[in-house]
Amino acid sequence: MLLIDCPHCGPRDENEFHYGGQAGIACPTGDVTDEQWAAYVFMRDNPKGWFHERWFHVHGCRTWFTVERHTVTHEIRKP
Amino acid sequence: MRFTFDGRPMTGEPGDTLAAALLRNGVRVVGRSVDLGRPRGIFTAGPEEPNALVRVGADPMLAATTVELHDGLEAHSLRGKGRVDLDAVDERRCDKGYLHCDVLVVGGGPAGLAATLAAGRSGARVILVDDQPRLGGDLLNSRLLLDGAPALDWVAGLDLPARVLTRTTAVGYYDHNYVVAVERRARGERLWHIRARRVVLATGAHERSLAFPGNDRPGVMLAASARAYANRYGVRAGRRAVVFACADSGYEAARDLVAAGVDVLAVVDPRPSGLPADVEVLAGQVVTGTTADEEGVLTGVQVGVRHFDADLLAVAGGWNPAVHLFSQSGGRTRFDEELAAFVPGTSAQAERSAGACRGLYATREAIADGYAAGAEAAGRTVPDLRVPECDERISRRPAALWLVERAPGSEPAFADLHRDVAVADLAMATATGMRSVEHVKRYTTAGTGADQGKTSGAVVVGVMSALLGAAPGQVGTTTFRPPYTPVSFATLAGRDRGALSDPVRTTALHDAHVALGAVFEDVGQWKRPRYFPRDGEDMEAAVRRECHAARTAVAAMDASTLGKIDIRGADAGEFLDRVYTNMYSTLAVGACRYGVMCGADGMVFDDGTTTRLADDHYLTTTTTGNAAPVLDWLEEWRQTEWPDLDVSLVSVTDHWATVAVVGPRAREVIAVVAPEAVELAFMRYASVPVLGVAGRVFRISFSGELAYEVNVPWRYGRALWEAVLELGVVPYGTETMHVLRAEKGFAIVGQETDGTVTPQDLGMGWIVSKRKPDFVGRRSHSRPDTARPDRKRLVGLLADDPEALVEEGAQLTAAGVAPMLGHVTSSYHSAALDRTFSLALARNVTPGDRLTAVSGDMRQPVTVVEPVFYDPDNTRRDGDPLPEARVAYRGDCRAESPAAAFADRFEAVSTPRVRLREVPFVSMWEVRGTDPGTGLRLGPDWWLVSGDVPPRPGWVDVSGQRTVLELAGPAAYDVLITGCPIDLDPSVFPGHAQTLLARTSVILERLPPETYRIYVRSSFAKYLAEWLIDALEAS
Ligand SMILES: [Zn+2]
Repeated sequence: MLLIDCPHCGPRDENEFHYGGQAGIACPTGDVTDEQWAAYVFMRDNPKGWFHERWFHVHGCRTWFTVERHTVTHEIRKP
Repeated sequence: MRFTFDGRPMTGEPGDTLAAALLRNGVRVVGRSVDLGRPRGIFTAGPEEPNALVRVGADPMLAATTVELHDGLEAHSLRGKGRVDLDAVDERRCDKGYLHCDVLVVGGGPAGLAATLAAGRSGARVILVDDQPRLGGDLLNSRLLLDGAPALDWVAGLDLPARVLTRTTAVGYYDHNYVVAVERRARGERLWHIRARRVVLATGAHERSLAFPGNDRPGVMLAASARAYANRYGVRAGRRAVVFACADSGYEAARDLVAAGVDVLAVVDPRPSGLPADVEVLAGQVVTGTTADEEGVLTGVQVGVRHFDADLLAVAGGWNPAVHLFSQSGGRTRFDEELAAFVPGTSAQAERSAGACRGLYATREAIADGYAAGAEAAGRTVPDLRVPECDERISRRPAALWLVERAPGSEPAFADLHRDVAVADLAMATATGMRSVEHVKRYTTAGTGADQGKTSGAVVVGVMSALLGAAPGQVGTTTFRPPYTPVSFATLAGRDRGALSDPVRTTALHDAHVALGAVFEDVGQWKRPRYFPRDGEDMEAAVRRECHAARTAVAAMDASTLGKIDIRGADAGEFLDRVYTNMYSTLAVGACRYGVMCGADGMVFDDGTTTRLADDHYLTTTTTGNAAPVLDWLEEWRQTEWPDLDVSLVSVTDHWATVAVVGPRAREVIAVVAPEAVELAFMRYASVPVLGVAGRVFRISFSGELAYEVNVPWRYGRALWEAVLELGVVPYGTETMHVLRAEKGFAIVGQETDGTVTPQDLGMGWIVSKRKPDFVGRRSHSRPDTARPDRKRLVGLLADDPEALVEEGAQLTAAGVAPMLGHVTSSYHSAALDRTFSLALARNVTPGDRLTAVSGDMRQPVTVVEPVFYDPDNTRRDGDPLPEARVAYRGDCRAESPAAAFADRFEAVSTPRVRLREVPFVSMWEVRGTDPGTGLRLGPDWWLVSGDVPPRPGWVDVSGQRTVLELAGPAAYDVLITGCPIDLDPSVFPGHAQTLLARTSVILERLPPETYRIYVRSSFAKYLAEWLIDALEAS
């Protein structure tokens, strides 16, 4: 059970949150190729190591925020 | 204390474990081994026991060394494997608890006690857990003197500044210092979830055996265990003993056994020189075999050519630091050559081992290390902590001996007693080429028993290192996984069983449905009436009757479960334009529009109607199952992509109770219950009195018939439903709703769709705006895959046999052979069509095509048709005109709070220590954006205002959305921590928080000093009320 630090509520158990996947994926605008669009919809990084990811405090303040988590040790630090 | 073992009556002493009591009664054979059926005796005095496994009541397998004796206990021996007694009644009431601390100390031996003292005195919040009924750890088993007095006097003199949990075994160490522990309580176990800022592991060490021929006979026991039985329980494990001392602790055991009156014949020490002792010491020698009587019980010990008539062989094979929790925490162990054991190496979490579990076995060393670990964990050193004097001798380096060579024809030498794995089995594994200890474990099953290899792990590694000619450190250990000791499923389930196994949502109308004999189905967590059988009807008959009423007269359904989202702000229309495929910014005030929402991948995600209540105010409905995901999804886009839009979202799902009134004569009902809405046009909305209270009526139809969705605040929901039924309206359930909508070809998200279906696939290209510049998923609709012409599309099917119900999920083929062209998504009997019909998704088919539906052995010829089976021209949606003037409802509209039915039960379970009640009819508003200067702050720009306050413009009335339950009294905190994972300690808890209680979302507010208000979604109120009643009964 990870302990995730919500910017509004402070540290809470992981099961108060929903996972939001990789952070910093901008929705492309304007004319985009099929490949660019598919990359936005389907492709995400999956690194071994530090990873910027989004969490949603669904059972708390309902804030979306970003944390940096190490995918091997689960260590979390604020980005 | 009287007890029975395999039906034989025996007596024991208070404080005995079952194992101690069995030894006291002279029991040598306690069971048979799992594989070979060899007789086995008690081998240890703790949780590492591999042999003495027993069934006690409903517990199929417990180590007799961990079972506290109680009067009337009935134990049964096992053959290595647990056996469930199906007749046993499990009367335990297990539960959970959540604790938080600065420092968690695991283990109440010398090191753990010292760490607790040091950390607690520095002001840290400390929790100490220990698995024994009394603190002291190995001091309980010894005759050591501390400062010249019995060691337990030192323990008793400690004033521990900590929450101390005895009989509590830490079984799992998870991420972010989350430790799970099992407390054995009289009524049943409690599973503690402990979140610690720092952890001190003081878990001690386990003595190990070694592999020599005949080492599994009843009568062979670990030396420290024999010593523990003598010192702690006053029980002699034998009369004539030989001690096999690979470590100096064997000499201490020999001395204590002599003191207990055991005739110790010899100490066998494989090291070149022995220690001075009062008994014969055979240095440089090993035990080479054992003899037994016809029952297999030890009668003698062979040391080379010497034979000793002995009934006890006490083996001191050396010590293994109990690194289980350390290893579970992610820490890496290393092999210490000096100690000949694996010890903690690199830590992975905020944790530190202290004392014997890191190889500091001497009592004074352990205490000093405990002080240091406690101070380090608390971040502050405390003066005046003194290490007491101790009469312990310094131990020499143990013999790194794992294996005694076996002469041909002699008894097997066992490495793992529980799994019956002998040295020969390990040799076979390495001979086949296995080098990894993990492979050998899986091949031989060594270490996979109930004891998880606590006595065998080191022996297996040692034997493998001998077989492979490698150092033990190179062989390494297998992974230590939770739980440290077996945990019963009853413990893990706690109170989450039966009616409380999963949170349940009910509507304001629920009790009325129960009274009508509704058959319910689960839709997500909701209980929804599926149908309302009358006079022994089965589902088919009931649904036929309900459908007939809706198509020919008037019927009503509880539609309260549909998700409802209140959307406000200057950009609300723009926001909706971006998340739905069609337009909302152009919708007239007072009008409703049906919409489909797609994911970024262009696939249908949800559907529902949205109504414009005012220029900057909409109400969106979602499907029942998707209410929460849709709100989360909208919130994601609002916060992360379009933070510049002026829009706010508030769930009002539970605030409103909704009754759908459906059928050509529906207008007659509206004329009575909401007369001002009787002239409402199709897809229009009116804010009008309903039964005289402020309500909302929408003319929306999901059946093709004249239909109204009538909304009143939760508290009036039941009165509305009963008023409607009093008019002779036929209640119907979800099954009828499904048939009615399918007859009209309306898809259901999650039934016709599965995340791979676009609106175009459903034949709903008309709902996808071509005018809007963008909406979520738009670009995906022109991806090559979504735009290709041969996608599966929604079609209708009619079976050749009008009575045959094609199975949902059946595959569609051209002639009963591959390829699959699609599958059946919905299939029903239709009263209106007087036959069966189906909806399906299929590719490359057109109406008139002949297909075969295949499901299991069933082959059903079907014809493809258009998916609208009933009233394709929508001639029925305006229903019948009002035949005559109706008299408006004149009864009173009774208000009922969500937990009203619980008042008596709340009263009955309340005690002076904790009182439970509902605070009914609290006015509440959610406020977004600007700080109202009052109420509870729920989020960065989100408040809940409650009570007797004049509402301001923009506040969303959510008085029905939540129910307020109040828990008060000195034990309220103790009840809450059994279901609420956050830190409720008054020194930390901020006064209110949104969190989970009993797995439901709540706002918890503390009214000092000891009253708590729980604001729970009204649909969960019944479930939470039951949970709280159960908790109070258990407390
Ligand atoms: Zn939060």
